[in-house]
Amino acid sequence: MANSSQLRIVIDSHRCQGHNRCCSIAPDYFASDEFGNVLLKAEEIVEFSHESKVRLAVANCPEHALKLIEQNDNREGQ
Amino acid sequence: MSSKSPVVDWATDWSHFDSKWVEDPFPIWKELRAQCPIAHSNRFQDGAYFPSSYEYVRAIAYDSEHFSSRRIIVRESKVDLQPNPPITSDPPEHTGARRLLLPAFTAKAAEKYEEKTRRVCRDLLDRIGDSRTCDAAIQYAQHIPVLVIVEILGLPAEDGERFRDWIHRLLEIGPVNPVVAKEALDEITDYFRAQVAIRRSKEGDHIGNDLITFLLNATIDGYPLTEAHLLGTLRLLLVAGIDTTWSAIGASLWHLATHASDRHRLAEDFSLLPTAIEELLRAYSPVTMAREVTKETSLGNCRFSVGSQVLLSFPAANRDPAIFDHPDEVRIDRTENPHVAFGLGRHRCLGSNLARMELRVALEEWLKRFADFELAEGAIVRWSEGTVRGPRTIPVKLKPR
Repeated sequence: MANSSQLRIVIDSHRCQGHNRCCSIAPDYFASDEFGNVLLKAEEIVEFSHESKVRLAVANCPEHALKLIEQNDNREGQ
Repeated sequence: MSSKSPVVDWATDWSHFDSKWVEDPFPIWKELRAQCPIAHSNRFQDGAYFPSSYEYVRAIAYDSEHFSSRRIIVRESKVDLQPNPPITSDPPEHTGARRLLLPAFTAKAAEKYEEKTRRVCRDLLDRIGDSRTCDAAIQYAQHIPVLVIVEILGLPAEDGERFRDWIHRLLEIGPVNPVVAKEALDEITDYFRAQVAIRRSKEGDHIGNDLITFLLNATIDGYPLTEAHLLGTLRLLLVAGIDTTWSAIGASLWHLATHASDRHRLAEDFSLLPTAIEELLRAYSPVTMAREVTKETSLGNCRFSVGSQVLLSFPAANRDPAIFDHPDEVRIDRTENPHVAFGLGRHRCLGSNLARMELRVALEEWLKRFADFELAEGAIVRWSEGTVRGPRTIPVKLKPR
């Protein structure tokens, strides 16, 4: 596991305008608040098996409000 | 030159009221995007620009400093403004006016009307019954959003015919005939003034749970809405959701009636509905907005002069090959589709969740009843002109399941 990397979801809440595309494509990760703006539902780290769905959610955001950042998995060492 | 006389040069003299544009605007946009991505026309007072690329539409939608929302319809003559907050508002007023409405239009809020929508669709289909022909726009699509909005606003369902008449006069005739536009606008205002009076007369008893009652009791920064704000918002809520959603449902049914392979695929596999709906929204986006230039600025080689109008075409942005692979092909399984049918930026369509729900339910119920149908032979499909594009007649032959 030493060199594995993981994907982290980053939301730019200033850009989100509540189109809710992410919520319908990857409902395990994205929900909306009472004003319809995106909230991360639980984990910001994407599970490997969910990667393609989350990538689609990011690609479908009309406001470019979502990003995926690849980072090294260093939880093992903590 | 009137906006209706035939266009010869689209780059310098475009008109979205030209019959070619009304019937099939896509080749015009394609040509302009390649040759002159910001076209101009003097057919509209103080001149009007038409950006046809995704990049420029996006830039303008995000720039309320130079491009104001106070005019959201390109008109031959710039009539006096009657604000309809928040769609005609700019920041900072926009923020509070919109925030007030957002909770009533979330995806969760839209779900509350799903059962009602389904009932409405089934009733309409029952009325079509065993007929072998029908008009999918007149007998089906046009009624659905009307019957949903009356539920939300707490209005009598039988007023629907008047709403459609107002919208036709306001959005189709209005941009080239200010007298008709003003009359329709005044009638809508009077109608809501009466609705507000009914609710106010039940003294201290604002128990109605419709959106009109909610707005009557609402405050922004501690102050109740002014009469002008209240009536303006109510006009917006009525007008914005009806012919737009009707157009989206109609254009989708028209596409399926004219594309047998998509029709069969979708009727056999409802799991394609989510991507199909987004693709139909992209390819046949009904809504075009406008802006007024309030501060001189430039994009590309184009300088925008103060006072001129801008046709903000989300439908044209959605056909830009720089963003969408083979944009003129409708691919109902297109997965990467960040279309802007509901706009971009702070004015993202407030009713997008409601519209999507209505479109999904309308297509599901139709396809459950009529898996196979096609455009009737010799059928004349009339597309609306102006600011909202959709088929106003869709004569179809039906083959029940």
